[in-house]
Amino acid sequence: MKRENLTLYLIGALILVIIIIAASGLYRIDMTQQVVITQFGKPVGDAINEPGLHFKVPFIQDVNYFEKRLLEWDGNPTEISAKDKKFIEVDTYARWRIADPLKFFRSVVNENGAQTRLDNVIEAATRNLITSNVLIEVVRNSSRKMQVAEAELALRTDELPDSIKAGWVKIAAGIFDAAAEKVREYGIELMDVRIKRINYIEDVRRKVFERMIAERLRIAEKFRSEGMGKKAEIEGEMEKELQRITSEAYRSAQEIKGKADAEAIKIYARAYERDPDFYSLLKVLNHTKVHWMKKAG
Amino acid sequence: MGDYRRKSINVGGEEIQLPPINKSHILIGAVILIVVILFFTSFYTIKTDEVGVIKQFGKYTKTTPPGLHFKIPFGVETITKIKGRQYIFREEFGYRTTKPGVRTQISRDYSHQGESLMLTGDLNSASVEWVVQYRIKDPKDYLFNVRNITKTIRDVSESVTRQIAGDHSVDEVIILSRREIAISIREKMQEILDFYQTGVDIETVELQDVNPPDPVKPSFNEVNEARQEMEKMINQAYEAYNKVVPRAKGEAEKTIRQAEGYQLNRINRAKGDANKFNSVYEAYRQSRDVTKRRLYIETMLEVLPKIEKKYIIDKDQKGLLQLLQLQDKGGK
Repeated sequence: MKRENLTLYLIGALILVIIIIAASGLYRIDMTQQVVITQFGKPVGDAINEPGLHFKVPFIQDVNYFEKRLLEWDGNPTEISAKDKKFIEVDTYARWRIADPLKFFRSVVNENGAQTRLDNVIEAATRNLITSNVLIEVVRNSSRKMQVAEAELALRTDELPDSIKAGWVKIAAGIFDAAAEKVREYGIELMDVRIKRINYIEDVRRKVFERMIAERLRIAEKFRSEGMGKKAEIEGEMEKELQRITSEAYRSAQEIKGKADAEAIKIYARAYERDPDFYSLLKVLNHTKVHWMKKAG
Repeated sequence: MGDYRRKSINVGGEEIQLPPINKSHILIGAVILIVVILFFTSFYTIKTDEVGVIKQFGKYTKTTPPGLHFKIPFGVETITKIKGRQYIFREEFGYRTTKPGVRTQISRDYSHQGESLMLTGDLNSASVEWVVQYRIKDPKDYLFNVRNITKTIRDVSESVTRQIAGDHSVDEVIILSRREIAISIREKMQEILDFYQTGVDIETVELQDVNPPDPVKPSFNEVNEARQEMEKMINQAYEAYNKVVPRAKGEAEKTIRQAEGYQLNRINRAKGDANKFNSVYEAYRQSRDVTKRRLYIETMLEVLPKIEKKYIIDKDQKGLLQLLQLQDKGGK
């Protein structure tokens, strides 16, 4: 009996050992992962990025996992002076991936190391590109004609040129080209570098606000005085019209009445001229009648 | 049936015998337990607004629609649930909705100001708030290509919005070209996110509140107010003009009509009088002396009765007293 027990236990133990060894030699690669196998700390073979179940030498070999996906990089906002001495705060971001895990592992080892390298490279490239361009070139990216709300706000020609030479897109591309080359030796493939934010620094911002305020107040003033001027003009016009109308009417009325009087006189004269004496007689007789009729009541 | 010994334990001084424990019992119990666990970990449900992405040993195998499904347990098959095509995600910039509803509540704090403040193409500043709505169009791309998709969408959106705002004047951003700008942002975002292969579809980009920066706002309002004042002044002046001038014209007409009335009156009367004279004169011309005498007599006939005291004075008479009696007698 005892021997049977022992055999059973021995078989069980053997199975257990096999399982443990097998477990150590099996590993899984996810869709988002790539792997470098190291043996006693040294990389062995090429990177493996086929997802699924894989084998390695148990215990002796280690699996080092790396991201296969597009990774983020976010720079710190840095104060840079553009070529025309305008101080701005620039915030860039980038997207990159580990294209060559072996190189990556050998140079920067892990993502932290990569982030530091990227910091240096991208920030340097950003600084270069921005200091060699005037601010307007960094802000705009095309020469499209901009419209303003009031004609009085005509764009300030001293600061705003008619056409743009570089532009936001070209500058970002410039940063990208400079940086992408440099990080390749770390097994990093830079996918994209873009400017996320640009803002004036505090001092400059205050001055810009003051300028904006003064500009708008000036226009408001202009509107008000224009309004008053136009109003006076219309009121003057109105006065003039009034005078014209009433005086012309008076003139016409007087003319008409004058002509009427003249006509009447002519009519009388033509009649009474035929016999002025008879006319006098009639007149006297009539006056007498009227006078006494009135007196009688 | 192997040999077994009944165990007994001491409980409060009494010996109680435990029921027999069989090795096969343990084995059966364990097997049942395993089967139960197996059962519960190999079934899963996908809700109606979700899809399931299945990986076998880490490798993508299929996408499952809503419903009840079975997967191989023990970590052979793993499932990741993500939102389906119909679900719309929402990212807000420059503000956050704290309580959605009929009267939405919004908060804007310092960090949000960092998102909203930007430079415009005329080197002015504006504060822009916007919202992006998107959906997952490809679950595989969404899960396997880009780490931290939400942050990627936000970074891209901020970058694109500033790029586009930077090409427009502050007036265009605030009022004149809002729609065009929103459309451009959507298009550009889609372009970049497709380039990154995020598997995301930008549904809409909408500009919300867009304002000049706070310190500058009052002066912008001044301009609007001043323009309104100007228009009001001009309108009022025109109104007065349109009230006064027509009225004056009416008065002028009246004056002229009155003069014309006077004219008619005068001429008609003159003609009337002239005609009357002419008629009498015609008659008179026939027999002058007789008519003269008759006219005189007629007039006296009319007048004398009305006279109370009559004094007929002889041409050569020197005194008046003799004639005072004539009254009663009348006569010639």
